[in-house]
Amino acid sequence: MTLATELDPARRVGAEPVLTMRGISKGFGAVQALTDVDFDVYPGEVVALVGDNGAGKSTLIKILAGVHPQDAGQITFDDRIVSITSPAASRELGIATVFQDLALCDNLDVVSNLFLGREIGSAALDEVEMESRAWDLLRQLSAKIPSVRIPVASLSGGQRQTVAIARSLIGDPTVVILDEPTAALGVVQTAEVLNLVERLRERGLGVLLISHNLADVQAVADRVVVLRLGRNNGNFNMSDVSYEDIIAAITGATDSAGLLHPTASTFDAADTEGDTE
Amino acid sequence: MSKTQVAASGSVSDLQPDAFGPPRGIGGSLRAFFSRIRSGDLGSLPVIIGLVIIWTVFQVLSPNFLSANNLVNLALQCAAGGIIAIGVVLVLLLGQIDLSVGSISGLSAAILAIGLTKLGWSLPVAILIALAAGAVVGLFYAFLFVRFGIPSFIITLAGLLGFLGLQLAVLGPTGSVNIPPDSPIIAFTQLWFLPPVTSYVLAALVVAAYLFVHLRAARRRALAGLSSASLGESVLRAAALLVLLVAVVYALNNDRGVPASFLLFIALVVVMNYALTRTKWGRSVFAVGGSVDAARRSGIRVTRVYVTVFVLCSLFAALGGLLAAGRVTTASTSTGAGDVPLNAIAAAVIGGTSLFGGRGSAYSALLGIVVLQSISSGLTLLSLDSPVRYMITGAVLLLAVIIDSLSRRSRASHGRA
Ligand SMILES: Nc1ncnc2c1ncn2[C@@H]1O[C@H](COP(=O)(O)OP(=O)(O)O)[C@@H](O)[C@H]1O
Ligand SMILES: [Mg+2]
Repeated sequence: MTLATELDPARRVGAEPVLTMRGISKGFGAVQALTDVDFDVYPGEVVALVGDNGAGKSTLIKILAGVHPQDAGQITFDDRIVSITSPAASRELGIATVFQDLALCDNLDVVSNLFLGREIGSAALDEVEMESRAWDLLRQLSAKIPSVRIPVASLSGGQRQTVAIARSLIGDPTVVILDEPTAALGVVQTAEVLNLVERLRERGLGVLLISHNLADVQAVADRVVVLRLGRNNGNFNMSDVSYEDIIAAITGATDSAGLLHPTASTFDAADTEGDTE
Repeated sequence: MSKTQVAASGSVSDLQPDAFGPPRGIGGSLRAFFSRIRSGDLGSLPVIIGLVIIWTVFQVLSPNFLSANNLVNLALQCAAGGIIAIGVVLVLLLGQIDLSVGSISGLSAAILAIGLTKLGWSLPVAILIALAAGAVVGLFYAFLFVRFGIPSFIITLAGLLGFLGLQLAVLGPTGSVNIPPDSPIIAFTQLWFLPPVTSYVLAALVVAAYLFVHLRAARRRALAGLSSASLGESVLRAAALLVLLVAVVYALNNDRGVPASFLLFIALVVVMNYALTRTKWGRSVFAVGGSVDAARRSGIRVTRVYVTVFVLCSLFAALGGLLAAGRVTTASTSTGAGDVPLNAIAAAVIGGTSLFGGRGSAYSALLGIVVLQSISSGLTLLSLDSPVRYMITGAVLLLAVIIDSLSRRSRASHGRA
């Protein structure tokens, strides 16, 4: 990982990735969704995962979220080899995933949604404690929510996204995965959510951001990983890559990021050659 | 996650400068109330307005309607159907339904009567077995629902027929079994009333408990730096409750008094309201009703929620059946038949529990059954019986469902503003 450290001077020297995926493959019947994919998440960085439709982005994060296991390859979390067999196992590791549909209960208020399934209180709910913590959390995130006691149905799209992201922090995760958090949002709300992503980075979390919108990616990401047809096709530091380079990697104008940016690969291929489970 | 920081300055920390913040004081509460109404969250408001209209109209048409005697009758008539409606509220909160509550109540009444007469069971044993039968039915429904994913509408439609058959089989060829006239269940449903002094003391205790809980909650919120109800607001609410309870108790005491069965019904409503609004279980019921998928993904054991709710619903239906049988001193083929199941479902919906799941309150069972029984009682006083009653009840139910749908649509349009 020394290479990665050299590549990003902004990153603290000696920082180790919190999450490492090596040689990940996954097929659905005849469809090979992922082939030999490598992927890292560092603490305190926003890494964007981009790629055309069907490139395998969702499949990759679903492996991390415990929705389905990989067919081959190794996942290391906090220097331990792990197998993520269920959503609960993923959460226990410290991976929080905010799927595109947010999974909020529209009829419940903000506090109830934040603590859903993790309510505070033994026999009776401790609403005061939950509400205080909710405000604390939202304030730390500089989130603009008018009231924590209104049903989330009456919030705007950006506010709902904020609630969903804030909820993912309740379990004190180390990695947060956001699937297309700005897809359904207007300009102002998108800016708010991107702001929130920066707050997450300030807290030292590793943020994995999936986005179709390269402007968003350029605005917040430190690093961008490109998938194409289920394979790695680029791994760039945001500071030394242009919009056109990313597009080229996504569309396949370059077959491998290595050709375009020979120094850009942070992965040590020798490490993972033929590594299967 | 950082610990809660109590604002040392004593400022209220949940008021953001750029937001309208939570309601403060009486004016704030009223504003919040109206903004909720405007956004389509009507709650119990339509049914309370409806009740006032119904009572006014019947009192004008028939001066006996609000007489103490008729009000006591009304309370006696509400208990059985109201208890069944509590169970219906629970399944509706999940977005499910139980069409078979009538058959279950009839079956439990039949078991009670046969147990007491033919089998020589003691009353407690007979009650326990009848209730257990109800619980088993609920367990069976939950199994079918969770295991095979059959819509509850179909499961309970099959149950309606199946358990009606079982009820008839238990009753035997005569189709009607009298409960021994000296059985306490008859006294409980017909003759037991709270002594006047006891009823006033009880009302006072309830208000004192309400005030205590309210003040303590406000104090805790203030200590945590959250906005809280003012002392004046708490006292005002308690005073309003006191006026309401004393008025009811006074009216009933002018005749026989507060019926024991009605008190049981109210107590069950209060307990279920607590369970729904203040416990993890209640929170998970609302979550499943709002979005099963979201509930499951947040780690709620959805199966457990379905099982407890279906079991509770059948249990309430069975208990309602026992009271209904006690009131007429007999279990027969008509116990739980006719309009009983539909009244219980209608009561829950009329009381403000949404058919679409996730919205409602245990109190809708109380409000809804009072509306339905008021209509029935008023029409009887006017010598207009079943034909008109059915039509009016149907119209009121339709109105309630229309209000439910409209407010749902209004919420949706306000939602993604
Ligand atoms: N559950 C599944 N069953 C079958 N094929 C799937 C499934 N999930 C994804 N795929 C296939 O895997 C490939 C990658 O899909 P996906 O990960 O959703 O891509 P992306 O999110 O980048 O658009 C696609 O060809 C898709 O059709
Ligand atoms: Mg996708």
